[in-house]
Amino acid sequence: MSLTAKDKSTVKTFWGKIAGKTDELGAEALGRMLIVYPQTKTYFSHWADLSPSSAQVRKHGQTIMGAVTDAVGKMDDLCGGLASLSELHASKLRVDPANFKFLFHCIMVAIALYFPGDFTPEVQVSVEKFFQNLAFALSDKYR
Amino acid sequence: MRLVSHRGGEIRPTRSVRARVALAARLSLSLSHTHTHTHTHCAGSMVVDWTEAERRAVTYVWEKIDIDVIGPQAVASVLIVYPWTQRYFGAFGNISSVSAILSNPKVAAHGKVVLNALGLAVKNMDNIKATYAKLSEFHSEKVNVDPDNFRLLADCITIVIATKLGSDFPPDVQAAWHKFLDIVVSALSREYH
Repeated sequence: MSLTAKDKSTVKTFWGKIAGKTDELGAEALGRMLIVYPQTKTYFSHWADLSPSSAQVRKHGQTIMGAVTDAVGKMDDLCGGLASLSELHASKLRVDPANFKFLFHCIMVAIALYFPGDFTPEVQVSVEKFFQNLAFALSDKYR
Repeated sequence: MRLVSHRGGEIRPTRSVRARVALAARLSLSLSHTHTHTHTHCAGSMVVDWTEAERRAVTYVWEKIDIDVIGPQAVASVLIVYPWTQRYFGAFGNISSVSAILSNPKVAAHGKVVLNALGLAVKNMDNIKATYAKLSEFHSEKVNVDPDNFRLLADCITIVIATKLGSDFPPDVQAAWHKFLDIVVSALSREYH
């Protein structure tokens, strides 16, 4: 489901609104994902503490959200813009792409918690489409 | 965890099932450190385990939300975010735009119907499968709804709840709520054939 000009502009505008909170959103989202979808913990068995308050979890959540924010600026060519990240996920991390939607759901829950008035259904549809396209680009190099 | 067949007899798990169960046990996060589990017979051959903390979490969410607000918003949301779901609402009048959907009284009324039905599951957490057997059949035979839509609506309900509850929706409560909705979706999909 490709991104229309309206989707891109909605996502860019919304990201401008949430810019100051992306670190917290990322930390919140990853922490929640590990609890709501416990099978995702299998990718982090090398960390001692997988609770939402863990420093490693929070920091990694911020890293991921930073990359998502970066991708907002690459919506015209997500596959090209995310090529090296896709390579990383394909060859080194080997995260089953079925898991991307779990993290994206948790990012949206985090957004809904922090920005309840701004995350309207109209914003949600564009953001979800962006995440879907992001997941597609991230899994591009898998095979 | 005991595996029980729908006839009540114990199933001897195969090695791969034992391995999966052991992994799940190692990975599962208990919401309370006092592991008080109440076993209940549910969908197919797996026992549904509700910890006391999970039961409390689901009831907590239910008591905090106004279903007359959440219901209409969630159904409107699903029609906007997943527009192909509009195929089931031809008799609802004007749903041709976001503003039409948001102000459509039939959409709002249906939202209340859906959330009231969800309340049945909250009150019957130990028997969601049986509670929804007729409703599942209805959605399959009469309304012909693709059961994938139940997951879409469940996700919209969760997001709307998050906008209302804020810090009253911490990760462990979200997890219990998610597990609850998973079981509801599964029960509603069960009578399809």
